[in-house]
Amino acid sequence: MAAILSIKDLQKTYDGGFQALKGVTLDIEEGEILALLGPNGAGKTTLISTVCGITTPSAGSVSVGGHDIIDDFRAARRLIGLVPQEINLEPFETVWNSVTFSRGLFGKPRNDALIETILRKLSLWDKRKSQIKELSGGMKRRVLIAKALSHDPRVLFLDEPTAGVDVELRKDMWDVVADLKRDGVTIILTTHYIEEAEAIADRVGVITNGEILLVQEKNQLMRQLGQKQLEVQLTDPLQEVPEVLQRHGVELSKDGRALIYSYDTNAERTGITALLNDVAAAGLTLADVQTRESSLEDIFVGLVSGEAA
Amino acid sequence: MNWTAIAAIYRFEMARFFRTLLQSFLSPVLSTSLYFVVFGAAIGSRIDEVEGVSYGAFIVPGLIMLSVMTQATSNASFGIYFPKFIGTIYELFSAPVNFLEIVLGYVGAAATKALFIGVVILATAAVFVDIQIAHPVAMVVFLLLTCVSFALLGFIIGVWAKNFEQLQLVPLLIVTPLVFLGGSFYSISMLPSIWQKITLFNPVVYLISGFRWSFFGTADVPVGLSLLAIGGFTLFCLGVIWWIFKTGWRIRS
Repeated sequence: MAAILSIKDLQKTYDGGFQALKGVTLDIEEGEILALLGPNGAGKTTLISTVCGITTPSAGSVSVGGHDIIDDFRAARRLIGLVPQEINLEPFETVWNSVTFSRGLFGKPRNDALIETILRKLSLWDKRKSQIKELSGGMKRRVLIAKALSHDPRVLFLDEPTAGVDVELRKDMWDVVADLKRDGVTIILTTHYIEEAEAIADRVGVITNGEILLVQEKNQLMRQLGQKQLEVQLTDPLQEVPEVLQRHGVELSKDGRALIYSYDTNAERTGITALLNDVAAAGLTLADVQTRESSLEDIFVGLVSGEAA
Repeated sequence: MNWTAIAAIYRFEMARFFRTLLQSFLSPVLSTSLYFVVFGAAIGSRIDEVEGVSYGAFIVPGLIMLSVMTQATSNASFGIYFPKFIGTIYELFSAPVNFLEIVLGYVGAAATKALFIGVVILATAAVFVDIQIAHPVAMVVFLLLTCVSFALLGFIIGVWAKNFEQLQLVPLLIVTPLVFLGGSFYSISMLPSIWQKITLFNPVVYLISGFRWSFFGTADVPVGLSLLAIGGFTLFCLGVIWWIFKTGWRIRS
């Protein structure tokens, strides 16, 4: 699939000397959902702001749909929609005027039918005549999404779209994102909620200290970096790991009632058979056995802290 | 040019004006009426004609200029400062618009509001005094150029300001005193000769003088000089805005 967004060696150094982006290179394919994960101050918002034209890059290049964001900024920006992290809205304006203003700003002719469709999809139709200041925080976030969609963008940036949003609304937003993906919209999402990336992303990018640590297909990443844990629950608690089991690197749970064994799912041999043989040899009686897979959160924490790198 | 975007910004800004139409309309009517009561009836009755014009009529061009200059400046400065303050400016920067289009939208709306207020004051003044306009075309040109140039000045102030205090600083401490001391309510020929010379350093003198000439055919300074002054001021503001556009000063990190 062709890259709709191509970022090459993008750098951004602010006036104070802080280097927020240190040569980011990233290709995003048309129609995919990329979740960009990273701790606070990693450069996620600077990356989005630079691609969208809010921040001027110090070096490097970005093209959207083949259009350079500097030399051909009009064509590039027409393809982009941005939902910012902060709820920035004119409080005294109505929902309808706010959304139609955004469409006009992108040079698109008036299209009431499209705006109605967007507002209905986002459950904002009944609020179209309300002033923004009368809306709840979640509703305001929906207005931001409606504004970003008003000019029918092909690439949508969602910068922490569900921050501070209740669970129900978060699920609604995931549905909206799924609909957009079906329409062929490319979505770049930054989030702190790793379950969000896990639930909706096709690929996951990890950024830290202004550098992309990795970008990988989500399932592949989980397969590659994911570890499984085998938990052997015992009928009688132990004080320490029996000597015969120590060579397996087994850990004892705090209450002494479970042995925890971590193994690599991609390894040729997982070592489970040998472990269970030694458990039997140690004369331990099993109450239960279960396995648990690493979540994306575990992987992310591991990557950022350097443990899994 | 992205004319649709310019129209969108213009409409959005005008909507703010129409939301407060009553205040926008009542405020100039009330203040103009008060000026006529104070200067026209109370003080004006003790002043003879000024340059062959009754004092009440003489102050009309100055009154219009006073409101137009301050309104154009404050409307344009608030227009661009408010999105900066509440953060909605991100939308302008991420839209396919250049700085010229942003300026046209905001300055156009601010100039329109100032023009509306100028017309309201003229209509209110006509209730109190008999007004003759000797050069109507010149009057419209002076009025339009003043609306636009001071809206450009306001836009620069709005970009420059980092807080509401700074936003008020230039209109309050520079524009208003210059307008009051620029012959709004008197002819500079009424001043002692030394002050007549000093006052010529006040650029607003040329604008008010030219505007007054369009009403009564008499002026403190040659009308050509007035046109040069307003034209020069407009070009100066355009130059500053072009520089802001090139450098991204105070608008883009």
